[in-house]
Amino acid sequence: MLDKLKESIKAALPELDFVMGWGMGYDPLHATPLYMYEPEDVDNLVWGPLNVHNLAVHLPSLKGKKVGIVVKGCDSRSVVELLQEGLINREDVVIFGAPCNGIVDMSKIRKAVPDAHFVHSVETDDNGLTITTDKDTHKLSLAEVMADKCTRCRFPNAVVADHFVGEKREPTVENDAYEDLESFESQGFEERRDFWMTEMDRCIRCYACRNACPLCVCRDHCVAQSRNPHWVSQRDGVRDKFMFQIIHAMHMAGRCTECGECERACPMDIPVLLLKRKLGTVIHDLFDYDSGLDAEARPPLLAFKLEEESIKEKDW
Amino acid sequence: MPVLNGRELRIVGFLCNWCSYGGADTAGVARFDQPTDLRVIRVPCSGRIDPLFIAKAFMNGADGVLVSGCHPRDCHYAEGNYYARRRLEVFKQFISVLGIEPERFEYTWVSASEGQRWQEVVTKFTNQVHTLGPLAPIPEVALSQLAQTTGTDIREEA
Ligand code: SF4
Ligand code: SF4
Ligand code: SF4
Repeated sequence: MLDKLKESIKAALPELDFVMGWGMGYDPLHATPLYMYEPEDVDNLVWGPLNVHNLAVHLPSLKGKKVGIVVKGCDSRSVVELLQEGLINREDVVIFGAPCNGIVDMSKIRKAVPDAHFVHSVETDDNGLTITTDKDTHKLSLAEVMADKCTRCRFPNAVVADHFVGEKREPTVENDAYEDLESFESQGFEERRDFWMTEMDRCIRCYACRNACPLCVCRDHCVAQSRNPHWVSQRDGVRDKFMFQIIHAMHMAGRCTECGECERACPMDIPVLLLKRKLGTVIHDLFDYDSGLDAEARPPLLAFKLEEESIKEKDW
Repeated sequence: MPVLNGRELRIVGFLCNWCSYGGADTAGVARFDQPTDLRVIRVPCSGRIDPLFIAKAFMNGADGVLVSGCHPRDCHYAEGNYYARRRLEVFKQFISVLGIEPERFEYTWVSASEGQRWQEVVTKFTNQVHTLGPLAPIPEVALSQLAQTTGTDIREEA
């Protein structure tokens, strides 16, 4: 399948400035974004559970160039969302897709393999990976180190693609039950608040969560850094950090595809995706809408009905 | 604030200029009895209200937030309140994951002539927030610093 993918990229390359995919990074455990300009660059392409990055984050800044992008199912939804919002042009982007079996969560690997600092080799197959370090060999099943989002994946095949190689895979689940959220909200309000207080206290305000988000497109104009309006200060207290997470979540309302990049990028392992998942399920239930599936759809917060059947207003 | 400690809570009201602000004025002119916890902020339209205004109010110590605009079909700008309704409903449901009771936030519609309705809304909402009591403050400082000044450390409990 990887060979077919390479072939189709090579075939399209002459028409394109470059194609984005994944190559091997600084060690065999880490893939890294790969920019393919020449056919020989394509030979460095990898596909598998280490392709953790959502490359769609680079697309808006490349608007106007003709580029190709290799996508997992979840990445493709970010592309659709960018198309819907007019942040990229359909005719400038060539999308390469392949069925995805799930990616790893590096934090889980670090827990399962404490000696993962010096990795000599990694063998991956459909169900797992074998990591050989300078000390030991670890056989891990993909299930135990898989990213949470993959355990509830509804779209393992690109929802939009110009070139799709390989056989489409069955979704892991038909519907997302939001079990993580349900279990979090089985706690009282005070516990939830205290949870976020301690999590936000750990936040180092690096904004990796924002920078990795394919839909956080304000970049240098982010209100987190603006003095006017002055939404958050530069203090290192809990309040400003919490406020920033609420800003990120609310700015994503009806747009976030729950790709999980924000949480993956967080160096402090703060579960910021949970906030966005809450909004995702609220919007799904209220407006029967999932983002990143239809580039022609009208986003629910930019629309209204005179009578909203699903909104129960308070009776005073 | 210290004088009123325990008796009054901090409730912030965002009222649209055209209907609800007028409604509150009507209630005042008619000298209807109302609780005094509410602090009013006048905005041009309920559609102007970014849900983050409400979040910011909670972060800065509000115990409750009320938004009031023109009734659907009566918006001065025709459709501002329709967009507001969707946003505010989403926000109301969202805040439970933050650990803020959704009952601390309500949005409603009061016209300029409905002084009576305004009195009822303010009274009921104030009572509703009092039932929940004050919202624990979101620390402005890091928890380690907070622990030094107050002697309690929520990091240990968690
Ligand atoms: S969510 Fe689905 S498409 Fe995305 S990495 Fe996981 S299995 Fe692949
Ligand atoms: S907020 Fe997080 S999950 Fe949502 S689109 Fe951005 S990176 Fe993906
Ligand atoms: S990535 Fe994590 S640590 Fe960095 S700002 Fe976001 S939540 Fe805070």
